[in-house]
Amino acid sequence: MSTPAGVSLDEVQHVADLANLELTTEELPRMARDLNAILGHIAQLQELDTSQVEPMAQVAEVLGIAPALAGESLRADQIKPSVDRAAVMSQAPESDGRFFKVPKVIER
Amino acid sequence: MPESPNALKSTVNPELEALTLAAARTAVVSGTTTAVALAESYYQRIAAVDPEVRSYLALTQDRALAQAAAVDAAVKAGDNLGPLAGVPIGIKDVLTLKGAPATAASKILKGYHPPYDATAVAKLEAAGAVMLGKLNCDEFAMGSSNENSAYGPVHNPRALERVPGGSSGGSAAAVAAGLCAASLGTDTGGSIRQPAAFCGVVGVLPTYGRVSRYGLIAFASSLDRIGPFTHTVQDAATLLEVLAGPDAMDATTSTQPVASYTADLSKPVAGLRIGVPEEYFGEGLDPEIRAAIETSLDALKVAGCTIHKVSLPHTRYAVPTYYVIATAEASSNLSRFDGVRFGHRSSEANTLANMFRKSRDEGFGAEVKRRILLGTYVLSAGYYDAYYRKAQQVRSLLTRDFLTAFTQVDALVCPVTPTPAFKLGEKTDDPIQMYLEDIYSVAASLAGICGMSVPCGTTQTGLPIGVQVLGKHFDESTMLRVGAAIETARASQ
Repeated sequence: MSTPAGVSLDEVQHVADLANLELTTEELPRMARDLNAILGHIAQLQELDTSQVEPMAQVAEVLGIAPALAGESLRADQIKPSVDRAAVMSQAPESDGRFFKVPKVIER
Repeated sequence: MPESPNALKSTVNPELEALTLAAARTAVVSGTTTAVALAESYYQRIAAVDPEVRSYLALTQDRALAQAAAVDAAVKAGDNLGPLAGVPIGIKDVLTLKGAPATAASKILKGYHPPYDATAVAKLEAAGAVMLGKLNCDEFAMGSSNENSAYGPVHNPRALERVPGGSSGGSAAAVAAGLCAASLGTDTGGSIRQPAAFCGVVGVLPTYGRVSRYGLIAFASSLDRIGPFTHTVQDAATLLEVLAGPDAMDATTSTQPVASYTADLSKPVAGLRIGVPEEYFGEGLDPEIRAAIETSLDALKVAGCTIHKVSLPHTRYAVPTYYVIATAEASSNLSRFDGVRFGHRSSEANTLANMFRKSRDEGFGAEVKRRILLGTYVLSAGYYDAYYRKAQQVRSLLTRDFLTAFTQVDALVCPVTPTPAFKLGEKTDDPIQMYLEDIYSVAASLAGICGMSVPCGTTQTGLPIGVQVLGKHFDESTMLRVGAAIETARASQ
């Protein structure tokens, strides 16, 4: 199925795979419809000639006040205490206390 | 003020309904009440009223009462007291409070108890604030109506059948309903200013980099900001003064000096140049909102400000630009939710790949999936230049619009939203209609400037109207002064 702005069901499925999302058979066409509507709205950006415009990733660079990016405000490389390991591991769905446990990764 | 058709029915501890932060602190510090008694009366009111509003997702009584007792001990001992001593505050549930649930209103974080405090929360507590609990919001702060919460929508306390706005709907509604003296919310594309306008409270979006984001569950890192909801502009200035400043845990925080926002409020506004951006008064703006903004502008003129028409010519491109950049960043930020380290893990999965997909499918709601898909699409091979890079370039143009305007004026005054609070369910079927709700708020988000919403009137049916004041980067002082002048003029009407 092709839609006005041109994102097909296969493409939505491909993007869902990239994003590690599983879409049900009901969700897939609805998401395709919504994506096409939103992309149709976004298409108006193409009206603007931006060939001479620098892309802006965040605000500080435009203001010329990005010391962190220039490296000036990077902290000293010293060992400092961080959040307690046991506290972190206590939040894991499955753990042996030292490592996160996940289903088998490699088939043999 | 006309009676709203569906205002709150409960009357438990009604003196809290409009209790300001300043008055709460004074009552505790002067010994009129104790911090413990004040916190307990808020919990009584929450128990009675919140079933109508549904603003809280979790209460943190133990921590609140321990902190309140410490404040009371300090009062008794005659110790120095912080600027927020004993003040009961609610926290949007995208901010971490050590040991308390942090769900981001998502099922995927159900049961998660973060092992650390957000910097903003730690700063409030160090200033004496009492954390009452965690407030409802749109899932991962994605939404303009609070209807995307996995735990059910918040109801607007001024009109219960209407939305409180979003995404910080619980934070705005809790202050408006007197369920905390002040609250913290976050704003990525309007999520503080719009709910503040819908609920009739003050909401402040600080300049990007002014308040540390450490401990904020990320949505779009180049846009996310933390800010206060309060009853008055002065209360907002007090909170911002505590929150602002650099933090070693957030490299994007600025070392620019923090102004004395509360002291600066007493400076006169006479002589300030106020810009009125013509693009914010076009088709689709509710006539009652337009009239209320014009009344605010008249009041500023009477106070000695000069009013100037300005143009922000790229305004109409702000919403599409925002929905490319915000979703791209979200798709990347939300990849961390995979069922490995925290939150929900599907019990259905037997392989790692399956576990990622099923955990995410079961954990995320429809709007979050929609935005992850859009963000992944605009970043994917072949589309990056056409969408993501293009949007970053238009972001430069939008920012330049503001920088140019601010060479001519000291602050901008405009609407926050095109309409007052809409009905629950009214816009849930059409994502574009919901996104256009952000039409007057997202440009300031992309440009990183500061902004606020100040109550400036009500519609004939009693719904609150907010006026937006936008200030230069790191010039919260001027913005707050303009907001206070509007507030003062309205009080004397």
